Parts: sequence; C-alpha cells; structure tokens
Amino acid sequence: MSEHVNLTHLQRLEAEAIHIMREVVAEAEKPVMLYSVGKDSAVMLHLARKAFYPSPPPFPLLHVDTTWKFQAMYELRNEMAERSGMELLVYQNPEAKERGINPFDHGALHTDMWKTEGLKQALDLYGFDAAFGGARRDEEKSRAKERVFSFRTASHGWDPKNQRPELWNLYNARKKKGESIRVFPISNWTELDVWQYIHLEDIPIVPLYFSEKRPTVERDGMLLMVDDERFPLAEGEEPVMRSIRFRTLGCYPLTGAVESEAATLPEVIQETLLTTTSERQGRAIDKDEGGAGMEKKKQEGYF
Amino acid sequence: MADTATNDPVYKTDALIAEDIDTYLSTHQHKTMLRFITCGSVDDGKSTLIGRLLYDSKMIFEDQLAALENDSKRVGTQGQEIDFALLVDGLAAEREQGITIDVAYRFFNTEKRKFIVADCPGHEQYTRNMITGASTADLAVILVDARKGVLVQTRRHSYLCNLIGIKNIVLAVNKMDLVDYSEEVFDKIVADYSEFAKSIGIESFTAMPISGFKGDNITKAPSANTPWYKGPSLVDHLETVEVRSAEDQDKPFRMPVQWVNRPNLDFRGFSGLIATGGVKPGDAVRVLPSGKTSTVKSVVTFDGELDEAVAGQSVTLTLDDEIDCSRGNVLSVADNPPEVSDQFEASIVWLADEDLIVGRNYWLKLGTQTVSAAVQEPKYKVDVNTMEHLAAKTLSLNEIGVAELFTDKSIVFEAYQQNRALGGFILIDKITNQTVAAGMLNFSLRRAQNVHWQPTDITRADHAAMKNQKPRVLWFTGLSGSGKSTIANEVEKRLALMNRHTFLLDGDNVRHGLNKDLGFTEADRIENIRRVGEVAKLMTDAGLIVLTAFISPFRAERQMVRDMLAEDEFIEIFVDTPLEVAEERDVKGLYKKARSGQLKNFTGIDSPYEAPESPEIRVNTVEMTPEEAAEHIVRAILPLK
Repeated sequence: MSEHVNLTHLQRLEAEAIHIMREVVAEAEKPVMLYSVGKDSAVMLHLARKAFYPSPPPFPLLHVDTTWKFQAMYELRNEMAERSGMELLVYQNPEAKERGINPFDHGALHTDMWKTEGLKQALDLYGFDAAFGGARRDEEKSRAKERVFSFRTASHGWDPKNQRPELWNLYNARKKKGESIRVFPISNWTELDVWQYIHLEDIPIVPLYFSEKRPTVERDGMLLMVDDERFPLAEGEEPVMRSIRFRTLGCYPLTGAVESEAATLPEVIQETLLTTTSERQGRAIDKDEGGAGMEKKKQEGYF
Repeated sequence: MADTATNDPVYKTDALIAEDIDTYLSTHQHKTMLRFITCGSVDDGKSTLIGRLLYDSKMIFEDQLAALENDSKRVGTQGQEIDFALLVDGLAAEREQGITIDVAYRFFNTEKRKFIVADCPGHEQYTRNMITGASTADLAVILVDARKGVLVQTRRHSYLCNLIGIKNIVLAVNKMDLVDYSEEVFDKIVADYSEFAKSIGIESFTAMPISGFKGDNITKAPSANTPWYKGPSLVDHLETVEVRSAEDQDKPFRMPVQWVNRPNLDFRGFSGLIATGGVKPGDAVRVLPSGKTSTVKSVVTFDGELDEAVAGQSVTLTLDDEIDCSRGNVLSVADNPPEVSDQFEASIVWLADEDLIVGRNYWLKLGTQTVSAAVQEPKYKVDVNTMEHLAAKTLSLNEIGVAELFTDKSIVFEAYQQNRALGGFILIDKITNQTVAAGMLNFSLRRAQNVHWQPTDITRADHAAMKNQKPRVLWFTGLSGSGKSTIANEVEKRLALMNRHTFLLDGDNVRHGLNKDLGFTEADRIENIRRVGEVAKLMTDAGLIVLTAFISPFRAERQMVRDMLAEDEFIEIFVDTPLEVAEERDVKGLYKKARSGQLKNFTGIDSPYEAPESPEIRVNTVEMTPEEAAEHIVRAILPLK
C-alpha cells in the first residue's frame, strides 16, 4: 500500500479499548462491567457494544448502588441496560442499608461501606473474576501508574509496588481461584477524549452534565444539589435555584456542582477546556488522607 | 510562577476554544497520536521536563497547581521554585523518597497531536519498568545533563530503547542554562553519544539543547539563549515525526484472532486487532498454523461494513468458507504467510525477583497464542552498562540475555524486528502467575524446520489394543523415604498378576544410566523429570502402563509431564508421609547426611517439596502398610481397559 490511512487518536484509543475487552472475554471465566452511569461508564458501555457486535456484550452490567445517586442516574441506568441487551445487576450492601449509612451522618464511612465494601461483596457473591472499570490515568496521580489489567488479591487488595509488568498489548489475565483483576479499557483516554467521543458518537449521558436551573445549597465552598427530600437542611438554610451542572457524578450529597450556562455538548466541552480546576476537584473522596487518598482507598479495594 | 520562560505557551489555542468551539472540536478530532517515553539518569530532569510540557500546554489546573506549590515548599527539591517532579511522582513511596519507581502515564495535546508520555524510572533496579514504558512507545526522549554528559545510564537506556525497537530517538541535552548555553558543551556531548549510538546499532537520532526548567527550545526554537541551534524545538519535532502505525500499514496483512464471534448460526466472525497491513473484502487469506485458505467476505464493525481496514484497527472478519479458525490462530495474506515453529532464538529481559529456571516450563503468551515454553541455558547475558557479552547459567532480575527457547506446540511468529505483534512475548510463571520475563524472537532454529514427525503405520492405539489395556502413567511423588519405590513395586506385582504390561521407572535406577550426567541443582532436577516424562510418554505410545517413582518435588514439572500426555493418562499418586516419619525411617541414611551438611539441596531439608494440591490418588503411609496402599491404588485405577 502506498497511501497510508491516518488513524486519529480517537480511532486508536477505540481500537485499543476494544482489543482489551476482547482479551478479557477470551481469557477470564466470568467477567462483569462495573457501571456507574457516569460519562466514563457511558463511553465504556458504548465501546463494549462495538467490541462484540453483532453479538451483545457477553457479560452483565453491575451497578454497585449506594441508594444516594441522583434520580436522573437511576433513570438512565435502566434505559441503557435495556438498550444494550445486557443483564443489569444492582447490588446494595445489606449491612449499610440496615444501619442506614448515609453521606450526611457518616462521612467517609459512607463511601467505605456502600462503595468499597459493596463492590467487594458483589464481586464475591457472583464470583466475578474480572471487572471492567471506567477509570482513566489522567484522573488522579496513583491511577496514572496503574496497569490496564490490575491484579487484586483474594481480599481485593492492590499492591502498587508489586504490579505485573505490562508490555506491548500483551495482558496477563492469569490468577488463582478467588483472585481477580480490574480492567480499565479507557486508561489512556483523557477527559477531553471522553467528551469528544460522546459528541462524535452521540452517546446518551445523564442530563445533569448539562446546565439547568436546579435547587442548591452552598456548604464548605461546595455547591450541592437538593435532589430529594432526604437532604437535611440546616436551620435557616433555603435551597436556592442556580444554573448549575456537574463535571463528575457520584452520590449527590458528595458531588459538588459548578455554576454554568453550558447547556449543549460543545458548550460543555468548551467550558471543560477553559476551566482552571481539575475534574475530581468536586469530589470529597480525593481530599482524605493528604495526597495519598486515592492510593490508600485502592489498596483497600476501592475501585 | 517564578520562572523566566523564554517561550510563551503556544500549543493550546484558547482563542479558538472560546470563539468557535465547533471548529476547534473538528480540528481536535483529526489529530493523530504519538506515544513516547522520557528516560535518562536519576537527576537529568525527566519529571521536570514532563511537568514543563504539561504546564505549558495548560494540562495543569489551578487546584493542582496550588497543591503543587504547597508540596514543592514542603518536600520539593527546588528550593522555593516549583518542583514539577512532584506532579508526576504519584505513589506515596515515590513522593517520600523523591524518586520515580513506576512508569507514570501523562497526557497532553498540541494543535497537531495528542501525546501519551510514559515517564520511566532511571535507577537500574527499575529496568523492568522502563522496558514496560518503552514497549508501547513510538519515540524516546533520552535526557542528558549538560554538566555530566553521556553516563552509564544514558547508555543503558539507549541500549534498551534500541532493543525494544524504538526507531525515533531524541537526545535532549538538558540543563543548558547551567552551562551558559554553551554550543561547545552541546557539540561535545552529541559527538560522544554519536560514537556510542553507532556501536549499538542506532542509525540516527535527533539532538537538541534544552532547559526543561527554564523552557528553552521546548516549544519554540531557537530560544534566545541558543541562537546557534538550527534544529526544531522539542514540541515541533514531536508533532511532525512519523508514527509507527504508518510503517505497519506497509507490511503484509496479519491479524491474530482474539475471539470467534457467533451470535447465531448464520454469523461466524473472527475478531482481532490488525497487527500489520490491510484487508479488504475479496482478499485471499490464510489461517495459520493450519495453512488453510479462504476469502474475506466482509469487514464487520458496529458502524457498518468497511471497504478496507488497516493496521491498528479492531475489526471482525467473515470468510467465504466454514474453515476451522479460533483464538490463537493468525489470519494472514494468503501468498505471504508468517512462519510456524517450536524452537527459537530469543532475546529475553528477566523481570522477576526469582531467577530464570532453565528447562522449567513457563506460559508463553505471544499475540493471542498461549503455549508452554522452556528456556535453555543462556548463550550469554549482556552487561547493559558496557554492552559486553558475559557467560551466564541463568538470568536474574533486570538481566538481558540471549537463549534458545522451545515451545510444546508450534506457534505462528515473525522476527520481532519485522513484526512486534508476532515477535514480542511474555513469560508467565505457572504457579505464581506473575509475568516473569519479556522477550523478542530473533529467528527460528533450523533444526526445528528440518525435523519432522515421522508418521508410523502401527499407531499407539494399535499398540494399546494388542495389549488389551489403556496406557497410563502412574506417577508416584513424595519425600525421600516416603515409600514410593516400595509401593510402586507392590502395585506392579499386582498388575503383572492381572496380565497387564507394565514398566517401573525408578529414580535411583534412572540416575545410573539415562540421567547419570545430571546432578541435584534445581535445573538438573527439572531436566531429570523432563527426560523421565519423555521416556514415560514413549512407553505409553508403546501401550504400556508406566509406574514412576521419583521425588519430583516441584509442581511445575509434574504439571509439565501431565501436559505431555493425553487428558486422562497421567495419574498423580501422592505418597503422603510427614517429614519426621520419613526422616525417622531414613532407609538410605540420606537425611543424616543432609542434616550434617554433607548433602546439599536435599528435598525437605534445604530444598522445598511442593505437595500436590489435588492428586488423583493419595496414600498415607503412616496409616497404611505398603500392601494396603498398593491395593488402594489398584482399585482406584480399575478398570484397566
């Protein structure tokens, strides 16, 4: 061939993610896709549909639910599961449920019980040996160093100093019974890549990413949205309608909104590019434990 | 920022983003991607350079910058200045020790390209991390401190980059600000490096004088401080250098099959990532290793069928005929297929704390093929600091050597120099599942090509039928003095009375003849078992029931013999005797010798015994007499046909 086809960066990233997903399906016994309903999950799900077309993706979706997600997220979750033809598994940690663990009263324990413990319990319950996650290396410092195939001990621990070397596109999926791997097919995507891909491929995302007038309160410098009646208002506190949107979606009482007028995807991307703060800045989780918050959480089994 | 950058950041067009986001997006959409690594000695300023690239391309946000300023004052190494290294050293241990341990991947964009940078650690003990980062890179930036010139580490990293096949090398002479931007200093370093590069086979490289800290020649060249420099800025060069995927498209079509896509009876597609070349409907293709040919019917994707697909794309191909093809096979252009072989010469980089065990079977993964492979004694290892070839019995962590390698099944391959996807492999320990080595196939050994299997008219089934029995290997394993030989002998007597054709291979006896050249080192013990396995296999071909009595202490080697035989022909019998009991018996007086230090590498004393995890049969010689144990075994293997 004399003429070269110039593959764009998104085409190369897409091909890489598809290759990774097919390797997992070929080598793992029981894979699952962790689906958090955020934009990264949306892209990952879309890539899975591409990877196995015309077959539906040969694994279920798992939503580790905290019961504190935004209502709009639950709606999109159910719709997307139906559209992809995949089984949707929803898991809620029964102990957290029983003890009424919530982000207002329990702080860090909320994330630990619902998400970290909930995820471990769900993986053990179903016996999944490989779990796809939508984490990206540009999100956070310890993630920048994590492998695409990230090995976890039988107790779900991550040992950052003893990661398996990962060469070329040869992934080592071997493990003993009880051990598992977390696989991150969009490791090499940036926030801008994700947005651009959503735009190009017209991938449905939660409307909360777009600006709209929503009831909010301001606390500790964070704008929180009052998504339902469970939100405890302090004395004299009144929700204020503000034009806001979210750059990242977690549990609604833990996710800070930004004031914004960006109501379309190009406007959102424009705002993302011109912004001066990083994406996870709105998340309380990264601020725990000094600089090593995420690394520590991951060692304990957080996704 | 307290900084005297001579160049304004130029590679992000804020104006266009603000004024016309749609145009910006369509430009960005058509960008290509370049993956590169930065390497060099410990204090050559790699992390600072990456920090600079991120900062200048505005990939550092205000909150990160605030945290960075804070950290710089607390633990930074640049006084009151910003320590960019803290941006990229992500692990807690790295920030504490001020060194880079693992590869960090960073991302930035310019107007023309998206970049993925692997920041690789400089210390020799992290060679394996560097190799990891280099394996996916199109280009390497090798940093040299202008004050220090070409160092041992510069040579090592250049050698590794060349070994892994990186064609584009940039020699970045850094910290030019600390040598008064001297052209003379720069020229001297380039001349030194040039001589060295030629000696290891690097044909060309691009040299540039920079200061990562001050910003000279990073985005714009020449900087005011280096008017004598005539080449491009680092960013200009990164934006325009040709990426490897273009070169891959010129090679013949190859696609390792990852997965067979069968949603229903009417559709059967072969999914994979095209490694080299391109493919169109109507193309004649060949399936390797079978060699069967067919024609491409369609190139299927979620976005519709394609007229053509090229290297770097993940696709699903359908063929005109229903030919046999599955994961591990390679689809190739019909008239120029890759080779198939089971014996190779390979360059191997050892990545594990435990040394290579010569002769042991490891999993070898190459493309989508996984087979058992044994590495022979290295021909030599390379002193990565002097490039000298040294004699070697094994390979240890971070060592690089050349050795022959045998696989248990033929694999489809090409020399690494021609095709990374079909020449690069990893070795995986069968017990720990760790990735222990990375390797590159250089060529297949002639003898593999010239030795063929001779088909015989009287088959192994005929041999077995004549003896009216099902051939099997009864593999007795256990500590010395556990009673293996005694029990095996009892079992054979019983089988003889039942008119069965048997043969007992005894550990001690075999070492008088077939294996008298072997000692008791780990490697020799593995070879001992391999030969016994091969002999036992020949005997089963002849229709015999083979009994073997060997300590065979390692799980990996028992598994190796199991893998040589048909599915249910290997019966592992664990003669389970506690060490105290075997030592108490000490029939041959060997435990006493071992305890007194006269006998080295004695199993159970100073060499491990790895007990079977799920043997077919277990006999407990504390509770059973040898006769009872033999009865138990014979009953367990009935019927014999």
